[in-house]
Amino acid sequence: MINLLLFPIIIPFFFAMILMFFKEQVVVQRVLTLIGLAFSLVASFWLIATVKTEGIQTVTLGSWPAPFGITMVSDMFSALLVTTTIIITIFVAIYSFSSIGVERERFFYYPAILFMITGINGAFTTGDIFNMFVFFEVLLIASYLLIVLGGEKRQLRESIKYILVNVISSAIFVVAVAYLYSIIGTLNMADISVKIAEINQPGIISVIAILFLIVFGIKGAIFPLYFWLPNSYAAPPIPILALFGALLTKVGVYAITRTYTLFFVHDIGFTHQFLMVLSLLTIIAGCIGALAYFDLKQIIIYNIIIAVGVILFGVAQMNTSGLEGAVYYLLHDMLIKAALFVLIGIVIYATGTSNLREMGGLIKTHATLGWMYLIAAFGLAGIPPLSGFLGKVLITKGAFEADHVIGSIIILVSSLVVLLSVIRIFIYAFWGPQKNELPIRDQRTYRQMMFPAIMLVVITVAYGVGAEWLMPYMTDAANVLADPSIYINAVLKE
Amino acid sequence: MKTNDVILQTAAKVVFFIIFLFSIHIFFAGHYAPGGGFVGGLLTTGAILLLLLAFDIRTIQQILPFNFTVMTAIGLLLALGTAAGSIFFNVPFFTHAFGDFDLPLFGHTSLHTAMLFDSGVYLVVVGSAITIIQSIGGDD
Repeated sequence: MINLLLFPIIIPFFFAMILMFFKEQVVVQRVLTLIGLAFSLVASFWLIATVKTEGIQTVTLGSWPAPFGITMVSDMFSALLVTTTIIITIFVAIYSFSSIGVERERFFYYPAILFMITGINGAFTTGDIFNMFVFFEVLLIASYLLIVLGGEKRQLRESIKYILVNVISSAIFVVAVAYLYSIIGTLNMADISVKIAEINQPGIISVIAILFLIVFGIKGAIFPLYFWLPNSYAAPPIPILALFGALLTKVGVYAITRTYTLFFVHDIGFTHQFLMVLSLLTIIAGCIGALAYFDLKQIIIYNIIIAVGVILFGVAQMNTSGLEGAVYYLLHDMLIKAALFVLIGIVIYATGTSNLREMGGLIKTHATLGWMYLIAAFGLAGIPPLSGFLGKVLITKGAFEADHVIGSIIILVSSLVVLLSVIRIFIYAFWGPQKNELPIRDQRTYRQMMFPAIMLVVITVAYGVGAEWLMPYMTDAANVLADPSIYINAVLKE
Repeated sequence: MKTNDVILQTAAKVVFFIIFLFSIHIFFAGHYAPGGGFVGGLLTTGAILLLLLAFDIRTIQQILPFNFTVMTAIGLLLALGTAAGSIFFNVPFFTHAFGDFDLPLFGHTSLHTAMLFDSGVYLVVVGSAITIIQSIGGDD
C-alpha cells in the first residue's frame, strides 16, 4: 500500500464530492459525513502504525523520480497532526448535528467541512512548497464558505476582512515561493533543504525566511499579524469557530515549524531569534486580550493566540526538548481548544448570551457541564495530570537549556494568566446566584450537545494521563524536526 | 417599447456552435498543442454565455436542463477517479496509463488517461462558471 499516506486526504475529498449530490437530504449528509470521517480515522491510525514501524512514508505522485514530481511525505509529526484533525472533526460534526440548524446543513455545510479537512490534511502531508500553497487555498476557500454561511450581517462584515487578509497573505506566499524558486531552482522541500545547505544560507535566503514567517504568521496569527483573528473568529456559529480555532491557525504553525526546522537552519542567530521575540510578544498580546474581555468567545479566542506563541517559542529553541514540547503542546492545544469551544458553545446555548456579566449559578442546573468545563480549563492551564502540563514543561526545559531564561519565565507567567482567564469564566458563569431567567431549552438537544463535549474532554484527559505511552511518538516526531537529514534521506533516497 | 433582438438571436444561434466546436477542438488538442480542459471549459462557458445574452435565463435553463452543481461534482469525481485508479495497481497516486489503439473511425490513435482527468477539469470549469453566472444573474 504505497498510497496509504494519501488516504486521509482522498477519503474526505471523495465523500465531499458524494455529498454534493445530496444537497437537500440532511440525514443522508450526516450519515455519509460520519462514515467518511470514520474511514479517514481508521486510515490515519493505520498510517501512524506504519510510520512507527517502517519510518517516514513517502510517495512521489505520478511515478516520477523524487525532486521532479510532487512528493507527499508523512513523518510522525504530520501523521499525528492528521489524526488529531480527523478526531476533532468527527466530534465537531456530531456537535453540529444538534446545533448548526437545518438551513445551514442544506447549503453545503458538510461538504465544506470535508473539503477543509482535505486541505488541512494535505497541507500537513505535502513535501512540496507550491503544493502546500495549493492545499492552503483548498482549506481557505472552504473556510470562506464556512465563515459566511448563513449570511448574518456580522458574518458578512467579518468575512470580507477575513478574505481580504487571506488573499493578501496568499499573494505574499506566491511571491515568497517565486523568490525562493529563482534562487534555489526547485520546489521539493527536501531538495530545497539540500540546496540551501549547499550555498550556506546567504542573506537573501534569510530575507525569504522572514517573508515566509510573515505569510505563515498571518495564517497562524503571530504578534503583529493577528489583528484580523479575534473579530473574524467570533462571527460564525460555534461548531465552525471550534473547527477554525482548533485547526486553521495550527496549519500556519505547522508550516512555520516545517520551514524553520527544514530550510532555514543555517543562520539561527538571526531567524530563530526573530521568531522567538515575535512568539513572546504574541504570548503577551494574547494574555492582554484574554484578560480584557467579558465575552466567552473572545477569551478563548485570545487563548488561541497565546498557544500559538507558546508552540512557536518551543520551535525557536531548536533543541530536542523544545521541539518535543512544541509537538506535544501543539496536539494538546488542538484537542483542548476544540473541547473548550464546544463547551462554551453549550454554555451560550444554555444561557442565551455570551456576556459573562449576565451569567451566574449555572452549576446548580448544569452540573456536568460545569465540571467538564473545569477539567478542560485546568487542562488548558497545564495542571499536572492533565494534558497541558508536559508540553509546557518540555518547552521551558528546552528554553532553560538554551539559556533563554526570560522567555521561559514569560511562558510560566502566561500559564497563570491563562488559568485566570478561563477560571474567570467558571466563576462568573457557574458560581454565584442566578442572574437572569434561563431560556427554556430542549433537554434532548442539550444531551446530544454534551456527548461530543464530554468525549473531547475525556480524550484530552487521556492524552495527558497517557503521556508516558505517547512519548515515543512525540520523540519520533521531534527527531525528524531536529535532524533534517532524516527527512531528506527519506525523500531523496540517496 | 419591446426591443427586437432578431439579429442578435439569429447570430447567436449560429455563432454558439462555432464557439462550442472550437472549445471541443481546444480541449482535445491539449496534449500536444496549447489548450486543455481549463481553456476548453471556459470557451464552452463563453458559448453558453452568448446564448444567455441573446435569450433570457429561463430559456437557457429549458434548453440546457442540467444541474450544474451536480456537473461540478461529477467532474471532480471523474478527476479523482482517474488519479485514484492507480491505487488498484499499487503504483503511486496519479500514475497515468496510455497506449495506441486502432479505432474504427479515427484510425491509429494514441489514448492517454490524462484525457479523462482533463474531461473532469472541463466539467468542473463549465459547472462552476455557469453556477456563478446563474446565481448572480438569476436573482430578481
